[in-house]
Amino acid sequence: MQALQTQIDALIVKHQNMPGALLPLLHAIQDNIGYVPESSYTYIAKALSLSVAEVHGVVSFYHHFRTHKPGSHILQICRAESCQSMGSEALEAHAKKCLNVDYHQTTADDAITLLPVYCLGNCALSPAVMLDDEVYGRVSAADLDSLIAEAKA
Amino acid sequence: MTIKVYIPRDSSALSMGAEKVAAAIASEAKKRGVDIQIVRNGSRGLYWLETMVEVATEKGRVAYGPVKVKDVASLFDADFLNANDVYVKPHSLSLGLTEEIAWLKKQQRLTFARVGITDPISLTDYLSYDGYKGLKNALQLSAADIVKTVTDSGLRGRGGAAFPTGIKWKTVLGCESTQKYIVCNADEGDSGTFSDRMIMENDPFVLIEGMTIAGIAVGATQGYIYLRSEYPHALVALNAAIASATEAGYLGDNVLASGIAFHLEVRRAAGAYVCGEETSLLESLEGKRGVVRFKPPLPAIEGLFGKPTVVNNVISLATVPIILDKGAQYYAYYGMGRSRGTLPIQLAGNLKHGGLVELAFGITLRELLYDYGGGSATGKPIRAVQVGGPLGAFLPESQFDTALDYEEFTKIWAVLGHGGIVAFDDTVDMAKMARYAFEFCAIESCGKCTPCRIGSTRGVEVIDKIIAGKDTVKNIKLVRDLSDTMLNGSLCALGGMTPYPVLSAMNHFPEDFGISES
Repeated sequence: MQALQTQIDALIVKHQNMPGALLPLLHAIQDNIGYVPESSYTYIAKALSLSVAEVHGVVSFYHHFRTHKPGSHILQICRAESCQSMGSEALEAHAKKCLNVDYHQTTADDAITLLPVYCLGNCALSPAVMLDDEVYGRVSAADLDSLIAEAKA
Repeated sequence: MTIKVYIPRDSSALSMGAEKVAAAIASEAKKRGVDIQIVRNGSRGLYWLETMVEVATEKGRVAYGPVKVKDVASLFDADFLNANDVYVKPHSLSLGLTEEIAWLKKQQRLTFARVGITDPISLTDYLSYDGYKGLKNALQLSAADIVKTVTDSGLRGRGGAAFPTGIKWKTVLGCESTQKYIVCNADEGDSGTFSDRMIMENDPFVLIEGMTIAGIAVGATQGYIYLRSEYPHALVALNAAIASATEAGYLGDNVLASGIAFHLEVRRAAGAYVCGEETSLLESLEGKRGVVRFKPPLPAIEGLFGKPTVVNNVISLATVPIILDKGAQYYAYYGMGRSRGTLPIQLAGNLKHGGLVELAFGITLRELLYDYGGGSATGKPIRAVQVGGPLGAFLPESQFDTALDYEEFTKIWAVLGHGGIVAFDDTVDMAKMARYAFEFCAIESCGKCTPCRIGSTRGVEVIDKIIAGKDTVKNIKLVRDLSDTMLNGSLCALGGMTPYPVLSAMNHFPEDFGISES
């Protein structure tokens, strides 16, 4: 916990003088720690002269930020129209079934957190999914199975 | 002799395994003792052919695709690197000379002139393909003349609103202020669109150059690119390009020794669709919740941190360099009516040949869907297309002869938006699509205005009743009533345009809602 605090403090010092610092700071915290701990709100608020409520308001407004530790990998399935036209609904159902989770949940072995996403910009190769920072196109149920297996290995 | 082999680094190419193909080609070449240089270029945008590998020859580049790792050995067996003889020993994946592929050859690539050709993060490549000519010309002009050139070109905002870019710039130029900003809206959230991503990943310097010209034109010294968090590869490419441009004196305190300063920074968005709306984007850049602002004041007058701000889409800004290079008339020559120039069109969804087609305004939807798109990917009839993202109308087959032109689309109560076209085959359930439109609005609403915040949720509930066959006639009337409130009472396009997909689905496909006619 102490180590976490030191890490967050260093990021606050690095970002606090930027114009519009809050989003870059939250990104830095989530990139480094994996999530934005609610315990950090007080320090962030103080450094940026905001109220804790304002920090909470911003974190909760944006889909990207999360306040709890995710699984080792993040699997995002595109739910937008282009992917729907190529069968993403079946792919979503398949993912939920084989991971035994719903969206915004993490598998029992902490390996994968499943998230919905609304467009990955890979619409000519729908349906698309993103595993961590990599996009995959024309994804079949079998492709998804091997991606999941690779991630869990 | 070292043979140059081009393998794209574009994220759609990567999504089809380009990284593994590049590794396989490198190792196979090493194994066979062949001397090759792999260049990671951008994608040509023929996405169904990714991974598309090109080999440099005396006649030009020769393409192969779609290449998978398992094809690599056979390509070497067919001596694909000795591509001058490609017509003698063609491989089954051989596509011939890239520039001669009809799909590409028929296009009019102005904004995308370099995309797929160059190594995106090589400034040397950029300069050798006409890069920074626009900026050099701009530095010879007065600020007012730069703005006039952009106005005369007829360029209209490519983000979707189609507002004349030059007029926006003129307003900012006319404002007295110690600080002004150029903000690039790179929060490309519309489903079916990827042209911004392609520019940023595959030709980032053209966006940087466009923003620098905008800064010089209106007197802004700081620029921000507000980039969606779903585009990690674009972030890397932009930051690398900004670093080289700064090092070479194209950005910084003294742009090309002109005495003019222009600094540029990429800011990451955080997954809120509404932040593609310009005032909500500005709130987000200021570090706040992305809640929409009332207008007036216009961002051009009171924008980022209360200062005069140009907010333009990626494509609008990336089109500025060619206008300043070749002149307003050159650009305005293309197009029809009041839609001047070209539109980078994105073919997406259920199409056989999806990808990027840049053409002058005026081409019909049907030509795009069949001549370029090759019909549906599933081989079934195309029943509906959605143009312009999740807030765009659904069009039935009877409207496929509409020309791509802002005004022609307005006439049929549709929008061109950012130029994304999503095709659906005859398995689509339009009542479900209408429900999704309301659902998406509910998920993404910023919550400031009631029609959008509450209307979207009530919309989902009423459509659910229609789908369940409960009081269909009465509930259809209710959806129309609710849509009227959202259309006329919402603060921004999110709530204000959600009725486009909903009502167009109902009007053109009433049978999916359990009624015989609209």
